[in-house]
Amino acid sequence: MGPEALEAKQKAAIEEVLKAYPAKAAKNRAKHLGVGAPEDESQKTCGNVRSNKKTVPGVMSQRGCAYAGSKGVVWGPVKDMVHISHGPIGCGQYSRAGRRNYYIGTTGVDTFVTMNFSSDFQEKDIVFGGDKKLAVCFEEIDALFPLNNGITVQSECPIGLIGDDINATSKQYAKKTGQTIVPVNCEGFRGVSQSLGHHIANDTVRDYVFDGNPELLGEPIAETEYDVAIIGDYNIGGDAWSSRILLEEMGLRVVAQWSGDATLKEMAATTKVKLNLLHCYRSMNYISRHMEKEYGIPWVEYNFFGPSQTIKSLRKIAAFFDETIQAKCEEVIAKYQPMVDAVVNKYRPLLEGKQVMLFVGGLRPRHVIGAYEDLGMEVIGTGYEFAHDDDYKRTKDEIFRSTVIYDDVNEYELEAFVKKLEPDLVASGIKEKYVFQKMGLPYRQMHSWDYSGPYHGYDGFAIFAADMDLAINSPVWGHSTAPWDKEGEA
Amino acid sequence: MQEVDNIMNGQKLFQRPEYQEVLKNKKEFEGGMGAVNPEKVAEIAEWTKTWDYREKNLAREAITVNPAKACQPLGAVMVALGFENTMPYVHGSHGCVAYFRSYFTRHFKEPTPCVSDSMTEDAAVFGGLVNMKDGLKNCAALYKPEMIAVSTTCMAEVIGDDLYAFSVAAKEEDGGEFLPEDYPITYAHTPSFTGSHITGYDNMMHGIMSQLTEGVEVVKNEKINIIPGFETYIGSMRSVKAIAEKMGADFTMIGDHSDQWDMPAGEYSMFKGGTPIEEAKQCKSAKATISLQKYATTKTMKMVTKRWKHAGGTSNPIGLKGTDEFVMKLAELTGNDVPESLKVERGRLVDAMQDSYPYMHAKKFAIWGDPDFLVGMVSFLLEMGAIPTHVLCHNAPRGWEEEMRAMLDTSPRAEECHVWAGKDLWHMRSLLFTEPVDFMIGNSYGKELMRDTGTPLIYIGFPIFDRHHLHRYSISGYDGAINLLTWITNKVLDQLDEDTKGIASTDYFFDLIR
Repeated sequence: MGPEALEAKQKAAIEEVLKAYPAKAAKNRAKHLGVGAPEDESQKTCGNVRSNKKTVPGVMSQRGCAYAGSKGVVWGPVKDMVHISHGPIGCGQYSRAGRRNYYIGTTGVDTFVTMNFSSDFQEKDIVFGGDKKLAVCFEEIDALFPLNNGITVQSECPIGLIGDDINATSKQYAKKTGQTIVPVNCEGFRGVSQSLGHHIANDTVRDYVFDGNPELLGEPIAETEYDVAIIGDYNIGGDAWSSRILLEEMGLRVVAQWSGDATLKEMAATTKVKLNLLHCYRSMNYISRHMEKEYGIPWVEYNFFGPSQTIKSLRKIAAFFDETIQAKCEEVIAKYQPMVDAVVNKYRPLLEGKQVMLFVGGLRPRHVIGAYEDLGMEVIGTGYEFAHDDDYKRTKDEIFRSTVIYDDVNEYELEAFVKKLEPDLVASGIKEKYVFQKMGLPYRQMHSWDYSGPYHGYDGFAIFAADMDLAINSPVWGHSTAPWDKEGEA
Repeated sequence: MQEVDNIMNGQKLFQRPEYQEVLKNKKEFEGGMGAVNPEKVAEIAEWTKTWDYREKNLAREAITVNPAKACQPLGAVMVALGFENTMPYVHGSHGCVAYFRSYFTRHFKEPTPCVSDSMTEDAAVFGGLVNMKDGLKNCAALYKPEMIAVSTTCMAEVIGDDLYAFSVAAKEEDGGEFLPEDYPITYAHTPSFTGSHITGYDNMMHGIMSQLTEGVEVVKNEKINIIPGFETYIGSMRSVKAIAEKMGADFTMIGDHSDQWDMPAGEYSMFKGGTPIEEAKQCKSAKATISLQKYATTKTMKMVTKRWKHAGGTSNPIGLKGTDEFVMKLAELTGNDVPESLKVERGRLVDAMQDSYPYMHAKKFAIWGDPDFLVGMVSFLLEMGAIPTHVLCHNAPRGWEEEMRAMLDTSPRAEECHVWAGKDLWHMRSLLFTEPVDFMIGNSYGKELMRDTGTPLIYIGFPIFDRHHLHRYSISGYDGAINLLTWITNKVLDQLDEDTKGIASTDYFFDLIR
């Protein structure tokens, strides 16, 4: 299909999709849908879509809440702290260990990521308040899990509605014990999606980690000229590890990971690094900006999905350092090139020209486009659950062709777009997965890497390529139609 | 570095020397005790296995660690999906709905439709009326359900939104365009800070049955309603229906979500199967209602037996005795004799139990899950001569502990059997270390217990995220009991092989025939 035909088809699809809505909802949704064109400077955001607004009520949005953004994304992976889901039992249960934030540690003894700590609110806690219960929670955690290095309080919806003062309760206990206790007001009703939860969580890192008591975490490490921190990598399936190895090979010293496989000490040490490397801009730009302003640490966005973007990013990072690092960076690129070539030579012929539609969160709706294109695949639709304007602006630089852009797409719209644009692969989350598989469409979960990964870095790209081949070229998709229903067959 | 002919994912990739080096070097920057002082970690790890730790652990009053329960609206969503073309609608913030959908989808490997009206901060202040007016209209326009079943998140409950008034207002404002006057909008208040997911099941079932039958003339008939409860085994629902058919019962399953979470490939439709709304409207006219889960339908059954004066009551068809009772109840209600086909099924189950009993007899089990599940499962374990050493129910309702104790007291080894009501899975960890068992029966949350204590886990329960297709099977009826027997016996045999496979040391007992 020529580029113009593709664009016309995409525009028609949007028009068609909007027809099913009542007038008020149609008017709202029209602003969140568009067609992005590469190098179209007239567009303010990719496809001129509006974002970070309230979800239309009554539609099946894929969005989560502020609690999910704080507990699930930013704080949850910090491994040596205990994170209390503060409120009723459900939130912690539904979000337990779902994000595959890998870490090394003895769970239940010195690390706690895959566990679920809940204050399990009952009616009396709603009526009389839960602050006293929270104070007892702190004590019990310290008694039974003495090696924890701190506790965070992840507020669920009722906390902000019943007038509890988790800040005072936390402060009091922190004062008594000298511990890092972090109250986070990330009630699910705040903001319009996960996004505000990221921001709130970032602010609490600022207030309770940087401005807290890092001296309690033992001897600080001696600084070097090559200290960097990985920011916004949640180590899903080990992503941060397959990124870290490249940075270390080029001579940099990774002092901290945020927040996959992180410890509190690493986060506190970050204020001393020379450069912050920011992968997920959306969820951690706030703290990066703060460190720039307060500690003079520059930050650089990078993208470790697919070799083209990885090479570009490695060079961009190296440019902040001296010639030694730059030379080593080239060595790293040269070292991995033969492997990358072998992977592309093997998989590109199997995937060439296959069209993909994406719908994810964070950075992936734009960051993974290059990895697909490296394999000869074409991304024809993408969108974010909880992005802002700055994400859609950045998306303009990442698309290769006319691309339908859908912000906060719901189940109905995505299904309709897929039916009209007929991609060969849909890549989104668990809630959408089986909808498309029922239709016989290859699918990959791009939140959890479908229990595979890592996908970051060179080693991750090889897995990504193999997984896309696995999804698209599996024989199972050919079984949907029974032989007696197949045309031209006896 | 990866090799193109042998691309490894993280499982093996990170075991390679270059990554082991990366992980080792990272410790220099870490502040966790594993990096600072590994001996201390080992010391504390050992302490967590002691009676001293157990006592401190069991004395917890405030913090819950690794729960084995979920919140009310989850159960309400299940109820809604048991009715034909019905959209579960959760009044509150959409983050909750994303969680409910993910949770069910991870278990069933099936889509789970559900909407919310996306309440945010302003709705928390001013109430969610506007959200509900828009939400019901948009939901009806877009997904065209025949019924919308509204439940609530804790946010809506704390601010005290009135679902009935809101749904009336929504219809009024819509003026019949998308929400005609007779359009069924059923509802239930499902506060997450009371009870658990089974309470939400009960509230929504009560809401739908009472509201759909309002104003419907009662003309008594010979029908029997069967309410499955919070049933996560699709095969169980089919087993129950097969038994009712064989018994010649004229029955309606009220809240039949079996087809919704078991859609064939080929095409996708949002809704599949379920109790037809028209049939559900007549449920009051039935002569009897049987609930298969007593504790998940307390309020519903109170209405049905006290106000509607239905015969029936509760019957838990898990295990031999449970199934016998269910069959006899149907025999009594229909006046029909037990047919030959069921007698043969029963005979086959008993035959299988008599074939395998040596492997379950006197084996010690720890088991956890929902209260009704446990009543059925413990009954079966006792029928096989097993010892249910630890029976743990985090969401135990009133009366459950006493019922379970009475059941265990029928065991010749009753004093070795312990009931743990309201306890969580971190409590269970202590119990397993201090009073070990041979096997655990439970959901995926048992995985960490398996890792930490080395106790083999037999996957039966909900949720099961990391094993496939078990939910398709039945654990109810005579055929379901054969599945239970097969899974448990074969796990015992797998473990026996594991324990005896040592070459030239233990493999004299590594028998070919067992």
